[in-house]
Amino acid sequence: MELMSNLADGFAVALTWQNLALALMGCFLGTIMGALPGLGPSNGVAILIPLAFTMGLGATPSLILLTSVYYGAMYGGRISSILLNIPGDEPAMMTCLDGYPMAQQGRAGEALALSGIASFVGAFFATCGLVLLAPQLVKVALLFGPAEYFALFALAFATLGGISSTNQAKSAFAAALGLGLAMIGVDTQTGVPRFTFGEVHLYDGIDFLVAIVGLFALSEVFIFLEHRGTDQDISTKPKMEIGRIVPSWALIRYCIPTMGRTTVLGFIAGVLPGAGASLGSFISYSMEKRLVDKDGTFGKGDPRGVAAPEAGNNAAAGGALVPMLALGVPGSGTTAVLLAVLLSLNITPGPLLFTQNPDVVWGLIAALFIGNFMLLAMNIPMVGLFTRVLLVPPRILMPIVAMISFVGIYGISGSSFDLMVMVGFGILGWVLRKLDVPLVPVILGTLLGNEMEVNFRRAVNIADGDYSVLISSPLTILLWTIAAIGFVLPILVGGLVRRRMRMARDAEGGVRD
Amino acid sequence: MSDRIFGGIGLILAVIFTWQASIIQESFLTDAVGPKTFPYLIAIVMGLASLYFLLKPDPEPDWPRAGRLAEIGFAALVMFAYAQALPELGFLIATAIVAGYLTWRLGSRPVESLVIGVGTSVGIYVIFRLLLGLSLARGPFGF
Repeated sequence: MELMSNLADGFAVALTWQNLALALMGCFLGTIMGALPGLGPSNGVAILIPLAFTMGLGATPSLILLTSVYYGAMYGGRISSILLNIPGDEPAMMTCLDGYPMAQQGRAGEALALSGIASFVGAFFATCGLVLLAPQLVKVALLFGPAEYFALFALAFATLGGISSTNQAKSAFAAALGLGLAMIGVDTQTGVPRFTFGEVHLYDGIDFLVAIVGLFALSEVFIFLEHRGTDQDISTKPKMEIGRIVPSWALIRYCIPTMGRTTVLGFIAGVLPGAGASLGSFISYSMEKRLVDKDGTFGKGDPRGVAAPEAGNNAAAGGALVPMLALGVPGSGTTAVLLAVLLSLNITPGPLLFTQNPDVVWGLIAALFIGNFMLLAMNIPMVGLFTRVLLVPPRILMPIVAMISFVGIYGISGSSFDLMVMVGFGILGWVLRKLDVPLVPVILGTLLGNEMEVNFRRAVNIADGDYSVLISSPLTILLWTIAAIGFVLPILVGGLVRRRMRMARDAEGGVRD
Repeated sequence: MSDRIFGGIGLILAVIFTWQASIIQESFLTDAVGPKTFPYLIAIVMGLASLYFLLKPDPEPDWPRAGRLAEIGFAALVMFAYAQALPELGFLIATAIVAGYLTWRLGSRPVESLVIGVGTSVGIYVIFRLLLGLSLARGPFGF
């Protein structure tokens, strides 16, 4: 019953006026960011980190604000999927398949409400799963020494590209680039400067917040500049009638088995390294289609086809928090950004977090439960408000995004140099995206680089310079094996999964960024 | 072709990285591993990945035409200028100019851009400076 008392403590932390207000604000902002094409959970959280930081919020309040944004964005992504057939963020891609046909039949309101409920079910039970699973994982993680951690970091990088990764060499390059950037600055163990080229500004290293905001938010602005006025420009889509927004009880009951199955599946996909929310919604949809689509209605506006990916991706979003909190190793892009939040607040996630800062962990979990109810309340009756946000054209929105990014970074350091580095990262992010190089390993590299090196050196130093210590214990061998499989598997089966995903998209004529 | 160029650049980057790692001044109080080993490992991974792009490039990405490329380059220049001008001009003026420029390039009409630029700047100032109390750059006029 230790769990219950922990949870009760958590609610005591979360139920202050300030934290409730922050959760509400985060849910609201998150839903908007998720709904707007071009602003996903990673961008949304990335822009807000520096702001939370400069507003002088403490660790728990900032974390509550930003994870509420994260959950909110997962809810919001579906809105533009259903109304415009453009996913608001990547995990909402599969929701287009049945959501948009439903909207075309004049059932947009029903689709929105149903997907809101499915999101709630997925997120709620995934948060329960997080409560149960994370402490167990912590027990395992306490057995980890430096060599195991080094292997675990390698595993995170090897699997980050995910099963649908297009080119593992590009993932590896991105990881190396990120790690290389992390090496810039004074070496923490011997105090010698590395890769600074004598530039004093670089002695502290490159602030990973600068890198994240540049790579995610500013590169998006460049993408919009590139696509203005072409058919990939979203401001030219026709508007959609909403219709009734309360689904009938019969419709909800019809979808309950679907939601149940996909929640479990999505949660597992979220916990596993390298899968994340996109894959969670994809496998949820494909499994449901195989199981219950007897009349071939999937893809033509079947409500179950709306419920399945939404429950799946929200459950995966909750599941992805398990390795992030318990091991300190994020499994997806947005959780990598959340890791940045923790690190910039001087909190080291991982097993010790649960013993040293229980108020942070359990306060956060309680806030997630509360946020979920807020999101449900917000997303059913107020969905009309959010659909109006979609009418803000990108030509107004993107400058605001750019300027707020500058405000946040300037607020932290007050230095023009950091702003210029951020613009540089924006350009780099644009080029890398054009070349199909994933950005998440770059981010993760800059975040974890120093930690990874510290563990590497600690392990070898303890063994008196014997490098074989890195693969000596059974646990390290296991981790390295998983890492190797995770890296090689996409090369073997990745093509197949990718083809399926593309086929599902093309069948609907869906648009992808 | 793009991937081959990218691979070439990556390879050069890996070599430069290795060279820079090799000239790290080691202090006399170093550990068994030292500050160079991990960077060498990174350079190896980077080099191998770049070699792969050189030998097996992906299909050509969809590069924008020269005009669009210049557009992006110019936007970046404006942002660099913004970073420099921020402490000189102050937040409100600098931000209004850059936000106006960006929205103009994203398709607003000229007069409209002026309004949107000023609106964005004032809006951010009100929310972040007056309501949330963030410190923004102060120019010669105190805002």
